[in-house]
Amino acid sequence: MTEKSNDPFRFCTRLSLTEVTGRKASNITELLEGIKAADDAIIYHHTHRFIKQSHHLVPEGANDFAYWVANTVQADRLGEELTSIDIVQYHSLADIRDAFVKMLERHIVENPGPMRTVAPCREFHFMRAIRFSLPTECAAIDYASFIECLRNVSVSSLYLHVFEARLRPPYGVDDFSHWFKTNFNDEIVGKEISRLDPYSYTLESLRQRIIRIIEHRLPEVSRG
Amino acid sequence: MAKIDEYAPAAGRSAIEELKIIASKLKGKTILNVNSTAVGGGVAEILSRMLPMMTELGIKPRWELIKGGEDFYAVTKKFHNALHGTRQELTAADFQLYRDTLKANMESINLDADIALIHDPQPAGLIDKKPSGAKWIWRCHIDLSNRQSDVWDFLHGYISRYDAAVISAPSFSQELPIKQFQVPPSIDPLADKNKELTDTEVSDIMRRLEIPMDKPLISQVSRFDRLKDPLGVIEAFKKIQPYVTARLLLVGGSADDDPEGSQVLAEVRAAAEGNPDIIVLCLPPTSNIEINAIQRASTIILQKSLKEGFGLTVSEALWKGKPVIAGAVGGIPLQITHKYSGILTRTIEGTAYWMKRLLHEPAYAKKLGENGREHVRENFLLTRHLRDYLLLALYLESGRQDFIHL
Repeated sequence: MTEKSNDPFRFCTRLSLTEVTGRKASNITELLEGIKAADDAIIYHHTHRFIKQSHHLVPEGANDFAYWVANTVQADRLGEELTSIDIVQYHSLADIRDAFVKMLERHIVENPGPMRTVAPCREFHFMRAIRFSLPTECAAIDYASFIECLRNVSVSSLYLHVFEARLRPPYGVDDFSHWFKTNFNDEIVGKEISRLDPYSYTLESLRQRIIRIIEHRLPEVSRG
Repeated sequence: MAKIDEYAPAAGRSAIEELKIIASKLKGKTILNVNSTAVGGGVAEILSRMLPMMTELGIKPRWELIKGGEDFYAVTKKFHNALHGTRQELTAADFQLYRDTLKANMESINLDADIALIHDPQPAGLIDKKPSGAKWIWRCHIDLSNRQSDVWDFLHGYISRYDAAVISAPSFSQELPIKQFQVPPSIDPLADKNKELTDTEVSDIMRRLEIPMDKPLISQVSRFDRLKDPLGVIEAFKKIQPYVTARLLLVGGSADDDPEGSQVLAEVRAAAEGNPDIIVLCLPPTSNIEINAIQRASTIILQKSLKEGFGLTVSEALWKGKPVIAGAVGGIPLQITHKYSGILTRTIEGTAYWMKRLLHEPAYAKKLGENGREHVRENFLLTRHLRDYLLLALYLESGRQDFIHL
């Protein structure tokens, strides 16, 4: 294995600004219509942002749609189903939107009766995320410096490289795994990281898990 | 004034680094703020702390004040109350006085800047003299969800010509032809009200205030106002007294200059009379460290509001790592995720139930407090507030793309 890479891993971070669209939903049908009409920036806001914003919460919520359906509309079964949509397994925001649409449409077909409308001020507000990606000062050229960077970057950076990365080419692959594979021909790091999901850990504990994964590889890498 | 790096222990080193990167893209740009007062009120408080940070980051902030006579402020006070949902009678003369005063201000205020943040209705009409090429943002701190239509229709003519509007919560949004962004208000973790205090400092202050610490303390810090429901708090506490050992502390201002406040205070005192475990305390408005110490000495903090704007006092309480039980109104649900980072209630009975439960389950209460503090760290500190303003400036400057690489 190569000890140092000529192509340093430059850590970036993701920040977002929240745009209020003015569109609201008071019941499941309006939620469905809103999601159908939603662009990528809206889907991103209500799925990915939720994990990031609630990353310290244990147990975490899954996405804004599920949280609203379960806690405000109090449609427990549907809320549970929407929670189960594993957004990090999809390769595009359009696919994520379709998954929500499909589940809501099925619910409406199976439950044709009158539906609950929530009280004023408890509506679902559709919002958009204006996304910014920023370079950080952290760059890694080997396993040790990678670990050092991981200790210092923000959880937003971690999220961007581990989960959001799967939405862009090479689809389904996180940035860390891709770098270790292409620079050190190391597929073991990638295999371990791909098994992590943001629902089982807080982002802080994910950081520790990834550090441990790479630390475990260090002795083997040092042996060359 | 605190330096930006001094915020790192509270906000996180990476948050400070991010701010520096964003600001580097706006280096040398002039950001003008216009509001109606230099002291007092949340806007002035935030600006007085945020603008030095901008300067330190290489941005050129400016702060101008709109000027007018008492009659102008009487009209804008009516605007403010009408936008908040309290019915006001506005005459054609009132609207004309607003136009005339704004016109006079346009002659005297230097509006030259790359980006302008115009705060609230008072200076909104300055848009008539927006320099070409500048980006103007109307920053609304008011809950517009129950606004009076004649006042809103009048202001709409001005606001719809801005480049963007900023509101504190999505429920405050209105139909506008311009983009609206959500930027919640923030607390300053280094201000006297929020800064870290040692245990000794806390106990010294509690001793000075003669608040005994022999029982778990449940506190609500709020002015004596019916919308903060202090009588409901006392009723909820009385319900749990047979089952718990605790003391209730209601802290507010003296209400000397507020006839309704004095009336509510008298009712609160009457409701607490004869109950040795209910303390009613009036403190002067400058008692920031005292409020800080009281919150840190508390086992549970309440904010049982029946109506709120954003309710930033909740973030102040959460920042102390305490479990907070608060009314699910206004901006409070943005600050508390029920059962994860605090408790949201809607009734006296619910408040009583959760007070009892949190006293009996200290481990769960501790977790709520920890989650609440982290939620505030991520979302309601001054550094995040500044970051959002800078991101918005970048968005407007860089051609309004959904995806921006810096």
